[in-house]
Amino acid sequence: MSSTASTITALAASLRDGSSSPRELLAQTLAHIDATNTRTHAYLRTTRELAERQADAAARTLRANPESAPPMCGIPVALKDVLCVDGVETTASSRVLGGFTPPYTGTAVQRLFDAGAVCVGKTNCDEFAMGSSNENSAFGPVGNPWDVERVPGGSSGGSAASVAAGDVPCALGSDTGGSIRQPASLCGVVGFKPTYGRVSRYGLIAFASSLDQIGPFARSVEDAAIVYSTIAGHDPRDSTSDPRAVDDPLLRLRDGVAGMRLGVPKEYFGMGIDPGVREAVEAALRVLEGLGATLHHVSLPSTEVGLSTYYIIAPAECSSNLARYDGVRFGLRVEHPALIDMYLRTRDQGFGPEVKRRVMLGTYALSSGYYDAYYRKAQKVRTLIADEFTRVFADVDALVSPTSPTAAFPMGDRDDPISMYMCDVVTLPVNLAGLPGISVPCGFAGGLPVGLQVIAPRFEDSRVFRVAHAYEQATEWHRARSPLAEAAA
Amino acid sequence: MTQTAETPAIAALERYEAVIGLEVHAQLLTVSKMFCGCSAAYTDAAPNDNTCPVCLGLPGVLPVINRQAIEYTVRTALALECEIPEFTKFDRKNYFYPDLPKGYQISQYDTPLSRNGRIEFPVGGETVRCGITRVHLEEDTGTMHHAGDVLQSATQSFVDFNRSGVPLMEIVGEPDLRTAEHAREYLVRLRQLLMYIGVNDGNLEKGSFRCDANISLRSREAAELGTKVEVKNMNSFRAVHRALESEIERQAAVLDSGAVIQQETRGWVETRGRTVSQRSKEYAHDYRYFPEPDLPPLRLDSAFVERVRASLPELPPARARRFVDQYGLNAYDASVLTSTREDADTYEELVRLGVAAKLAANWLMGDVAALANEHRLGLRDSGLGIAGLSRLLGLLDSARINGPTAKELLTELYVRGGDPEAIVLERGLGQVSDETELEALVDAAIAANPVAATDFRGGKQQALGQLMRHVKEATGGRADMPLVNRLLRERLSR
Ligand SMILES: [Zn+2]
Repeated sequence: MSSTASTITALAASLRDGSSSPRELLAQTLAHIDATNTRTHAYLRTTRELAERQADAAARTLRANPESAPPMCGIPVALKDVLCVDGVETTASSRVLGGFTPPYTGTAVQRLFDAGAVCVGKTNCDEFAMGSSNENSAFGPVGNPWDVERVPGGSSGGSAASVAAGDVPCALGSDTGGSIRQPASLCGVVGFKPTYGRVSRYGLIAFASSLDQIGPFARSVEDAAIVYSTIAGHDPRDSTSDPRAVDDPLLRLRDGVAGMRLGVPKEYFGMGIDPGVREAVEAALRVLEGLGATLHHVSLPSTEVGLSTYYIIAPAECSSNLARYDGVRFGLRVEHPALIDMYLRTRDQGFGPEVKRRVMLGTYALSSGYYDAYYRKAQKVRTLIADEFTRVFADVDALVSPTSPTAAFPMGDRDDPISMYMCDVVTLPVNLAGLPGISVPCGFAGGLPVGLQVIAPRFEDSRVFRVAHAYEQATEWHRARSPLAEAAA
Repeated sequence: MTQTAETPAIAALERYEAVIGLEVHAQLLTVSKMFCGCSAAYTDAAPNDNTCPVCLGLPGVLPVINRQAIEYTVRTALALECEIPEFTKFDRKNYFYPDLPKGYQISQYDTPLSRNGRIEFPVGGETVRCGITRVHLEEDTGTMHHAGDVLQSATQSFVDFNRSGVPLMEIVGEPDLRTAEHAREYLVRLRQLLMYIGVNDGNLEKGSFRCDANISLRSREAAELGTKVEVKNMNSFRAVHRALESEIERQAAVLDSGAVIQQETRGWVETRGRTVSQRSKEYAHDYRYFPEPDLPPLRLDSAFVERVRASLPELPPARARRFVDQYGLNAYDASVLTSTREDADTYEELVRLGVAAKLAANWLMGDVAALANEHRLGLRDSGLGIAGLSRLLGLLDSARINGPTAKELLTELYVRGGDPEAIVLERGLGQVSDETELEALVDAAIAANPVAATDFRGGKQQALGQLMRHVKEATGGRADMPLVNRLLRERLSR
């Protein structure tokens, strides 16, 4: 069985019945990446040596305890290049971090490693996770495995494309305004953003601290739940991680949606939605209805100010988070005898245009005299948005909507920032409110994948998986393989 | 302590009133740094050894609040009679400098851990009362070492992050101080207090206790405040005093000439004995404070605050008042004996061991203090120890040895230790206070000094000295001299 066609659950079984081994799986995976990466450019680097060590350790664990070994044992994973791994160059797709090798491994990644996962490489992304098309990578764009002339979405475009290209059964990304769900939607895979505080951010190169959350890409909802439950849980190194115990999303995964009240936010179907996307999502809603859920029209009127709120808070935090890239201690330094010129040159040459734009926006929003009008007001609106969700969730169990207003668009198609920012209009409110959200494949528009977004109240991550799983199992969309995956298999 | 000489600054203060407020940064004596597990005791490590990804500000790291630092700050705030709001949070103060690894300092902006405190202290005869605006918590920066002079002209600069992230408490005082001497005394008292409650080691030279001043002058007739100048770079109490005197003088001269004071930051240059402009207002930073998103706000419940309050030791002013009431000391002695916690504890231990209150005070403040200073060794840690001194003073109090012998023994035993009683017996140092024995010696003295005896009888009081010396020498200095005095007078009055 090839890893390209497989899920974590199937591969875990093959590793236990002796039909495969972690080394074989790794070899297949690396060969597959060799075949696809020239087309997708999903990987910035592969990590063969680390992977071989981990595969051998996984093999020992599987031999010793085949039944009690964690499901992730021996499973290849790809990591977005914003996740720090001890001894592995980590750049956040930025020139400013060229050559930076962290001396530590982040918590979520360490939990995957502790469970026996095999890290095959670091994936391309938008620089510092800022973007919705992966075109902002300093190291070149990523091709969508469904059509390599089109974008995979972003910012976790490499991770999404790698799963869609059949390289790996799962990958980690990070989601600040839709950076997992939107590329999952555009690449036809499952992408999950956990409740803010469920997964430790320790070791995640920060973009916007109050919005960032690490989450999985996978080919099935169940697989995404497996990865999520491996990485979730309180971490004393992250003070924003929640101390409450994580409920196992697999326990009620198959409980179905019969009797569930699902809200359909009308605002999420406006705002430049592509007719093909609308059609696919509306069909998905009928499937859910057929499974016994009831649909309820709801309104989230603050949605339209969500975008501007997000584009004050996220850049404000980013302007501060990115101040450490000053050429003094690591990464790029453009030498100059005068300190101020060393700073200016390093940051000018180290950062790409979108990063600079957001640093400027954020610096402005926090400036004395503007703070109240921008940052403080944005925080108030953020509270309103969160309150609106809370009110809606008093009536419904979950919300269902498109993940992205459009399917994958051609590279270079969106050259003005505002049209690019619109990509995340229905995903970023979820980050502003700290909610869990998933994108699950729900059909095609013009031959390109479309995703269904499911959103639940905070800490109801399991409910998100349950709804998404019920939908997925009732349809065949998740079995569809990208042309690139087919070709490389 | 009181300034008697008429300095130019004091002359200036006849025309102008100085308005001075101090900001103190004090490193906390916590086990670990503010947001990571590295040691807060950083001075002994090789450069950049006392660091980790967190205090180096590497990509992807997050801060975790040090509970002990919160407790120490609350402790300080309570000792300064501050209010402790239930809600507090950390903020980011954004600026670029090579010793600031994250490009921002985690500090507190609009919701400090505490506000509205006060400290009172005597200066000359008056009691000065200075408000405490706030006490808040932040992290220290790294340190820079330049090959060359200053950063701007250095050929090479090195950064050491061993100090980066050490908990730093900022104590902002109200502009209630009016003279350089007020400022110095404020710092002396504040430092004493921080050391007393065990939160800071009070080292100005090494910078664990640092001070900046804001100072403005206004004419005695004017109601509104003058333009304030910030003065930095003062690393001793003397430097603070001199810098402020010099600044008062400078500002008075500017105002006298009809010019205006520029709002700026000035640095004290010890070698030149004056302040020098460092940065004017146009270059003032916009720190772009905003709430630290990596740290949730803190709620300090009243049970925690009360627990910290209950753990506070008796503070110097209260302890001094008690010393007056309980031990009958005068206010000055009580204040000297309570100036450090160790001194005050030593005093009370000595009294508990049975030494008379006044006797213990005199010896501790006199000979013991001199020896402690000479040997850089406190009584508690000396060879003699507190118990040894109590035995020595016991011999004195029971008249078994006299004062001079006690002093000699103290000097001899302070460092090397030993049992005073055994030495007295062994060397026969015991005081000669047997009346019969002394009477014989008194008679001998009179016989040997007939002229002095006649003079005394004739009313010449000082003639007694010669007779007393005779007896003293005859006993090798061990005679009970008050008794000798009485016996001589009795004999000569017959
Ligand atoms: Zn550290």
